[in-house]
Amino acid sequence: MSELLRLSISEANDLLSRRKVSSVELTTAALQRIRNSDDRLRCFLTVTDDLALAQARRADERLARGETGSLLGIPLGIKDVILTKGVRTTAASRILENFIAPYDATVSRRLFEAGAVCVGKLNCDEFAMGSSTENSAYQVTRNPWDHDRVPGGSSGGSAAAVATGQCIGSLGTDTGGSIRQPAACCGVVGIKPTYGRVSRFGVIAYASSLDQVGPMGRCVEDCARILSVIAGHDTNDSTSVEVSVPDYAEALGPSCKGLRVGIPKEYFVEGMQPEVEKAVHAAVAQFERLGAVVSEVSLPHTEYAVPTYYLIATAEASSNLARYDGIKYGLRRGESDGLLAMYRRTRAEGFGTEVKRRIMLGTYALSAGYYDAYYLKAQKVRTLIRRDFEKVFAQQDVIVAPTAPTTAFRVGEKTSDPLQMYLSDIFTISINLAGLPGISLPCGFDAMGLPIGLQIIGRPFEEARVLQAAHAYEQSTEWHKRSPPD
Amino acid sequence: MSLDRNTVHHVALLARLELSEQEEAQFTDQLGHILEHFEELAALNTDGIEPTSTVVDLIPRYRDDVVTNPPAPEELRANAPARDDNFFKVPKIIE
Amino acid sequence: MAQAFAAGLKSMDYEAVIGLEVHAELLTNSKVFCGCSAKFGAQPNENTCPVCLGMPGALPVLNRRAVEFAIRAGLASRSTVAACSRWARKNYFYPDLPKGYQISQYELPICTGGAIDIDTSAGSKTIRLTRIHMEEDTGKNIHDAHGDSSLVDFNRCGVPLLEIVSEPDIRSSEEAGAYLRKLRTLLQYLEICDGNMEEGSFRCDANVSIRPRGTTPLGTKVEIKNMNSFRNVERAIDHEISRQAAVLRDGGSLVQETRLWDPDREATRSMRSKEFAHDYRYFPEPDLLPLVVSNEWIETVRNALPELPDARRQRFVASYGLPEYDAEVLTARKDVADYFEAAVRAHANAKAVSNWVMGEMLRLIKERHLDAALIIRAWPVLPERLAEMVALVDGGSISGKIAKTVFEAMVKTGKAAPDIVAAQGLTQISDAGEIDAAIDAVLAANPDKVAEYRSGKDKLFGFFVGQVMKATQGKANPQKLNEILKKKLQA
Repeated sequence: MSELLRLSISEANDLLSRRKVSSVELTTAALQRIRNSDDRLRCFLTVTDDLALAQARRADERLARGETGSLLGIPLGIKDVILTKGVRTTAASRILENFIAPYDATVSRRLFEAGAVCVGKLNCDEFAMGSSTENSAYQVTRNPWDHDRVPGGSSGGSAAAVATGQCIGSLGTDTGGSIRQPAACCGVVGIKPTYGRVSRFGVIAYASSLDQVGPMGRCVEDCARILSVIAGHDTNDSTSVEVSVPDYAEALGPSCKGLRVGIPKEYFVEGMQPEVEKAVHAAVAQFERLGAVVSEVSLPHTEYAVPTYYLIATAEASSNLARYDGIKYGLRRGESDGLLAMYRRTRAEGFGTEVKRRIMLGTYALSAGYYDAYYLKAQKVRTLIRRDFEKVFAQQDVIVAPTAPTTAFRVGEKTSDPLQMYLSDIFTISINLAGLPGISLPCGFDAMGLPIGLQIIGRPFEEARVLQAAHAYEQSTEWHKRSPPD
Repeated sequence: MSLDRNTVHHVALLARLELSEQEEAQFTDQLGHILEHFEELAALNTDGIEPTSTVVDLIPRYRDDVVTNPPAPEELRANAPARDDNFFKVPKIIE
Repeated sequence: MAQAFAAGLKSMDYEAVIGLEVHAELLTNSKVFCGCSAKFGAQPNENTCPVCLGMPGALPVLNRRAVEFAIRAGLASRSTVAACSRWARKNYFYPDLPKGYQISQYELPICTGGAIDIDTSAGSKTIRLTRIHMEEDTGKNIHDAHGDSSLVDFNRCGVPLLEIVSEPDIRSSEEAGAYLRKLRTLLQYLEICDGNMEEGSFRCDANVSIRPRGTTPLGTKVEIKNMNSFRNVERAIDHEISRQAAVLRDGGSLVQETRLWDPDREATRSMRSKEFAHDYRYFPEPDLLPLVVSNEWIETVRNALPELPDARRQRFVASYGLPEYDAEVLTARKDVADYFEAAVRAHANAKAVSNWVMGEMLRLIKERHLDAALIIRAWPVLPERLAEMVALVDGGSISGKIAKTVFEAMVKTGKAAPDIVAAQGLTQISDAGEIDAAIDAVLAANPDKVAEYRSGKDKLFGFFVGQVMKATQGKANPQKLNEILKKKLQA
């Protein structure tokens, strides 16, 4: 693999601005790498060679004019639930197999305006529903550290592509852990921003009150640079918030002096992989060495997070996915048997089993007679979960916890038991329910050589503090320097 | 709460999903199992707790009443599976 | 048992209980959740964008003016405007609903309470409002166009709507009609809806049930849809009341259902698409934050409210001395009332102006269907010009009869009355000599008629007047003509 693809964004940026390397060279190397490796890894659903090279040439022109910009000329991948105008965008679903996005998502537009290069659209679980990327209608992405294992999900393609140098960074989305859990599984960094921090406009909705777009990269600083570009208020998204966006990379530093770190006791549960627990405790000790003040805290409603999340997320999803009806776009089946048959067959053939299961669960949770017991109840428990965090954050600056209870599991291991699959999100979903920012970064490897993820959670809109803590830890360890076998 | 087959059938109709016999049986089983696991929520006392439907608690900004969109370009209709000129075409609707 | 009891009753022994749901399309420039034009008359699907087409990833952003219009409606109907209301999704599948849900309001609507006062042959009555809520309109399905297909146009999809729901306080089709007319006038005064039922910008569904007179429990409710004129609403309600009474009289039972009014057959029929289970699964819309309306906002809207129809009608009687009937007709439309007042400001003969506006002007406007729009725009006669013409009559320059000719010319050409009068030589002849001469000529030409008159046939007086008018092309001052003619015939 070309050494170019091991560069961090700031290193690439430096070479680009000094004209030591061109964006076309960097992009060509990435496209070459995808060609050489993706038949094994299966990260990309669409490789956008022409678009990428055109964008790279434009970036080189801008660089030649002396323009600068942290993403100018940098090859990135975009999860296939994020719309990119003129490019096929499928959400990894058959129902959108031939859908050509008629507009750019706000995050895509911001990346492109900043001069970033899109090398392709990344595989994920269908409509971002899943924790292993096995729910893609098209292909199973492989974990770069062990091809028999899953890369996590739903942003498995975004994580694996970054881990293997198919692109320098990527965008994922996170509704219940879909950035952080695959980041942990693939040994990369991924941050889910505060709900409202990044525009959702043009992001194919799974669960609207939980979805957030976030960056994935090989180091904290790369994520910080991408986040600075995509974050900020968008007039096209009523839930995006007008809070000013700092230069996240600028604020990074080596120290954690005085940082108050809470360790939630509910996040060390029976049945979790001992190596994960050990690695996270070691990381906590490292924070203490960096000057942080560590205390045990409690998030008492953690055990209710899984049912709460799955009731709210599936209810919203059942409604969000009603638009796939075979009329305006997407697959159409059964029209010769009338309207009702067309609806039912289009959706039966267009959606995969997990998507159908969630639509069924969500429809049920909202239906007459069950709304109060399920959906409304879950919304109330969501309030309790939120309050747990508010209480802790009155005393603590960040919360440190494992990202997932285990390292990457085997392909096929959990597909037959949906509930087991749902339980792999237990440490990430509360953060979505509370709308908080959370990052996952490598903190060790298990005996099989699989990466372990450390999660750092912050107060709303305190991404800067989360990134600072993560960066200080990362720079004091060697984990992020390991690469998967080529 | 266990889930019966009729309920699953009804929910599938509401959601406009055609399920095979096998899927219907499988979903009855799996959803029942999942809901059973979710029963623990019912035991939690939430009296007097306000539901959270969004975590954003700011007053939203509204849009000015200005036409900002140009006439719809062709690419907005180009993905349609069936069209009649600029209309979207569907099987006959019976009221 | 209730039905067995009811079966013994005649239709007059039943009382109808009616509630109306009105959908009013708001006259905003752009749609409620996107920047597409809300105007009528575009090419199919021209006024659409990713948001109103329900494209993947598209999100709604609320139009402030649509909220302002809802506040206006709430204040004018004495409703309570909620400081915080909530958007909800109403989930159902239909081709004209591109997202598979309609963004509406459910548990917490923007307005609650409120009332509309109506006048009927039986006196005045107050119809209470349950609520007013905001929602987005759907697209349009065009049926039967091409055999076994229907076509969908999303141009109307996303146009802001108010749904105004009355309490079941209405007891007859007459009351229903009075309520709808009153409500439409109110919305037109507020300049938030053009009230055009044929084009669908003002739509009405009726919930009708009947019960034996004197009893209080409510009967089985039937919803009637597809009534696109006031007359159709009244007829559909009357038809539905007799249909229900007939069913009960025959010992049958009613089912709660939705029926469509078929104006050609003058009957209602059950809706087939409603056979599927309906469960709208309302839940708070997560793509929008709660709708917050500050007190300051409400007060700003309140201060800008126009004078409302009832108040204006009373003022027209009190300050212009107009009969109740005139005031009622003139204030039924805000633009007509504005026109009247502008004319009276220019020439203070209110009754004469009223006669012209109510008579010739509204007749021509109706004939030309200019009243279909909220504001009558294509009317060529400025109020000041009408006033000028009335002033010519009052000043004796032209006769009332000539005035009609002048008015018609004004409508046709848009010119001012004095110019028309001068150009066509229509100035009234008041000069005694000229009239004298004309009369003399007529009398001389009709000696036998003169003799008949003088022998007692008084009726012939009109004949002579007509002949003189003919000779003067209608320009003779009628008063003077009468005076002189009488003298001459008596001589």
